[in-house]
Amino acid sequence: MKARSLAAWVFVGPALIAIGVFFALPVAAALVMSLTDFDIYALADLANLRFVGLDNYAELLQRPLFWQALWNTLIFVVIGVPLSIGASLGAALLLHSRFARFQGFFRTALFAPVVTTLVAVAVVWRYLFHTRYGLINYALSQFGVTPIDWLGDPQWAMPAIVLLSVWKNFGYNMVILLAGLQAIPEDLYEAARLDGAKRWALFRHITLPGLAPLLLVVSILTMAGHFQLFAEPYVMTQGGPAQRTVTVLYLMYEEGFKWWSLGSASAVAFVLFVIMFGVTLLQLWASKRAAAA
Amino acid sequence: MKRLKLDSGTLMVNGSLAILSALTLFPLLWMLSASLMAPGEASTFPPPLLPAVPTLEHYRTLFGNQGLGRQALNSLLISVAATLLSLAFNLSAGYAFAKLKFKGREMIFRTLLGAMVIPGQVAMMPLFLMLKQMGLVNTYAGALVPWLAGVFGIFLVRQYAQGIPDDLLEAARLDGANEGQVFLRIVLPLLKPIVVTLAVLVFLGSWNDFMWPLIVLTDHELQTLPVALAGLSREHVQDTELMMAGSVLTVLPVLLLFLVLQRHYMKGLVMGAGK
Repeated sequence: MKARSLAAWVFVGPALIAIGVFFALPVAAALVMSLTDFDIYALADLANLRFVGLDNYAELLQRPLFWQALWNTLIFVVIGVPLSIGASLGAALLLHSRFARFQGFFRTALFAPVVTTLVAVAVVWRYLFHTRYGLINYALSQFGVTPIDWLGDPQWAMPAIVLLSVWKNFGYNMVILLAGLQAIPEDLYEAARLDGAKRWALFRHITLPGLAPLLLVVSILTMAGHFQLFAEPYVMTQGGPAQRTVTVLYLMYEEGFKWWSLGSASAVAFVLFVIMFGVTLLQLWASKRAAAA
Repeated sequence: MKRLKLDSGTLMVNGSLAILSALTLFPLLWMLSASLMAPGEASTFPPPLLPAVPTLEHYRTLFGNQGLGRQALNSLLISVAATLLSLAFNLSAGYAFAKLKFKGREMIFRTLLGAMVIPGQVAMMPLFLMLKQMGLVNTYAGALVPWLAGVFGIFLVRQYAQGIPDDLLEAARLDGANEGQVFLRIVLPLLKPIVVTLAVLVFLGSWNDFMWPLIVLTDHELQTLPVALAGLSREHVQDTELMMAGSVLTVLPVLLLFLVLQRHYMKGLVMGAGK
């Protein structure tokens, strides 16, 4: 028995050590670092490092750019998450419909953007969004819409990124929700139909409650993903125009790896973590309330 | 009458699916098409859908002048290594969490799951400093570090390994097999489906990864395709067709791999959401 327990540690040890050294330790170090003025001078010589308490956090809360970044990120989350999940649910319902043919083909086609490289498709969409030569404006012009300066107009830059993001990600949740739809017993629908339930009633009283646990998981994961927006603005807008696409992570990257203010970058990372954690708790609480109601 | 109604439903649903699929595939198809256009052709009005005369010159430029062949090789080596390493770490750990008894097993596993709420970016600043101390910045090893062991991978393997009957393992032990032999001869063959799933997930994940390689690989010679492509797109904004060729080169390998192994990929995805 003892030998077996030892063997277990040999199996699990390497993974625990790797996670401990390359994740847990750095997370703890980041917390300490966020309380120091770690900057390019400290990078050169650790003697320049000072403990500054909560100064990084205080300074952050006074910086307009931080609030702008937080606001931009929240806009992306608030618009992007419902659109993304809505698209996923719509596509999943279509695929699950008893009328649907060639399900395998359609599912693969709709899922394809998920496995593509974000940087590459962001480059592609930057050209699709081109004011003069982009096919999006060209398509819209067929409906009489005047050209939109998607990535150059502060009003439109974030919506453009939302569009790209919905296109790129909806397939992911679609597959998860489709599996959820397939797990709802057909008998439930049959029984309700015999009772004369209409399509909307079926959706409202059987499909939605059946999907509720999955929808919660999906919305928590999707929200977490949206809070981590980085590559799209890095490739498409570099945070512009007028800093409208600077996100919290973009700010962290610039702070840490462009200006080498690793202390304040760590503070940004922790603020993001706390916000994400809070929003997740809020979702869990809201779903409990909805379930109780 | 009934038949007619059925047909309208079929038409509506499949019509919607076809339009949706066409819209979804369009950017990828346009990328491919534009990568074959002559320089400047994509930037004409009205924007053309197909090249007048298809040319491979941008691919030649990419591998010649831009030397993107080197970055493609970097991406391949890093993704293959990340896949093998993560398999080694996560398979053994996931199996142990499912089938071997040791002190604190449940508590450790719950702690790991709980740690998933911490976004990886929190660790990036100290991790960078740590790797700098170790001389691993601008090395493949530095890029591989986040892929060694992952809670998600351990979780997937554990889920799957729980289905292995204990009797089978006991029988092997009674026959005199040690724990290593039990794992290699009995468990691994049974885990094969999840091995493929995990391998596809990690390969695609590491190939497509951007932020960490951007931070840790600053040397152009060592960069992966996404990082090199992002850099290239800042220098060559005007060269639409060249950039599309670069995007095709980056996307195509993972897209093809996915098409071949999609069943395994989707399974991992659905299992992951079921926790």
